[in-house]
Amino acid sequence: MIAIGHYSYWITVLLMATGLYIVIARGNLVKKLIGLAVFQSSVYLLYIAPGKLIGGTAPIVAEGFRVYSNPLPHVLILTAIVVGVATLALGLAITVRIREAYGSIEEDEVLEADAGAPGCDGTP
Amino acid sequence: MEGVIIAALLTLMAGVAVALALQRNLFSVVVLSGAYSFLMATVLVALDAVDVAMTEASVGAGISTVLLLGALYLCGGEEAKPLSRPWTPLAVTLVIVGALVYGTLGLPAFSDPQAPIHVHVVPRYLNEALRETGVPNVVTAVLASYRGYDTLGETAVVFTAGAGVIALLRRRKRDR
Amino acid sequence: MRSNPILRVVAKMLIPFMLLFALYVQFHGDFGPGGGFQAGVIAAAAMVFYAIVFGLPAARRLVPDRVVESMAALGVLLYAGVGLAGIALGGNYLDYFVLARDPVDGQHRGIFWVEAGVAVTVSGVMLKVFYLFAGRGHGLDR
Repeated sequence: MIAIGHYSYWITVLLMATGLYIVIARGNLVKKLIGLAVFQSSVYLLYIAPGKLIGGTAPIVAEGFRVYSNPLPHVLILTAIVVGVATLALGLAITVRIREAYGSIEEDEVLEADAGAPGCDGTP
Repeated sequence: MEGVIIAALLTLMAGVAVALALQRNLFSVVVLSGAYSFLMATVLVALDAVDVAMTEASVGAGISTVLLLGALYLCGGEEAKPLSRPWTPLAVTLVIVGALVYGTLGLPAFSDPQAPIHVHVVPRYLNEALRETGVPNVVTAVLASYRGYDTLGETAVVFTAGAGVIALLRRRKRDR
Repeated sequence: MRSNPILRVVAKMLIPFMLLFALYVQFHGDFGPGGGFQAGVIAAAAMVFYAIVFGLPAARRLVPDRVVESMAALGVLLYAGVGLAGIALGGNYLDYFVLARDPVDGQHRGIFWVEAGVAVTVSGVMLKVFYLFAGRGHGLDR
């Protein structure tokens, strides 16, 4: 049933837009990181959905199956998922340090505290 | 039938993502992101990407949720209300959505066997992988053998991230 | 949570099976879904479960910090070492078919060691990151 047509692409665009909105419109640092994770997962969908063939099977060669779904996007997205969680771990570590240094994880409060403090280059 | 299941799961994912954007309590946001990752893993199984589904379920729904809960315990709290109505980000997002939807009209139709993605190097991988490497799982064969350099780089990235987190969060022993 | 008998008993029964499942996913990655990344993460999740139920100091006694940090580095070295073995035996970097007499056997060997390296690094890094996040609050990262 191919009537699903471009629906998967539009859902991908919606997820991408939601992730992007969370990153640019919310001030809380942890929520920004979660928005980034949503954005990254929409990209996974963008790559894997075109590789699917209705009536095919998973790309594991076995007797009796002649049509397989495309294995190449799977390989690329496996790498992307692991790199995504590495990025999340680093981002959360920096957030923890920011919380300990400024006492808050809201972006505007951190920027205010930074604007009033002495600069690193010696300006008061 | 497969198309209907995929469409239903995708709609559910979109609903959870929108709820995640509107939610303000950080603990609910973390739980919703775990639910979103599980739904993503189910959609990936429906799209025949079984390796990716296992990785997304264990990494996205498992380790990511643990790390987010750990960071939340150390940072804590509700999310503060946004100070002004966020019209500019909404407008920017809508413009980008319009541009992307216009772009998707040029993409190949779903499940089209003549799409460019299926006709270049992939038939060689599918036909020769079992004979050349002796491994039936073509994804493992491509990941570890045909594209081994990329996997070496990815392992180095994981190690670098671990080293970075150690450098950020390690406490030096002080004499008390 | 150590004082809750249900959690303690269930954890002691489940953790061996989780580790066994991680090994299964690792070695059967050739014939079904699986491979190094998934196996490393499942093994790390088993240890995280142990740390949650029995406490972080008990987990640190079981898998000390030095072991976990060394695991993170040894996996990458193992992977790069397989590549150097390819050069030493006459081929290019990361050539697998020179690793044994029969090229297909060489591919098997190469893929086996490469996936093992990946699993060791991923489980080491995930567990170490969990130790750092969980131990930061109350000065438990001694």
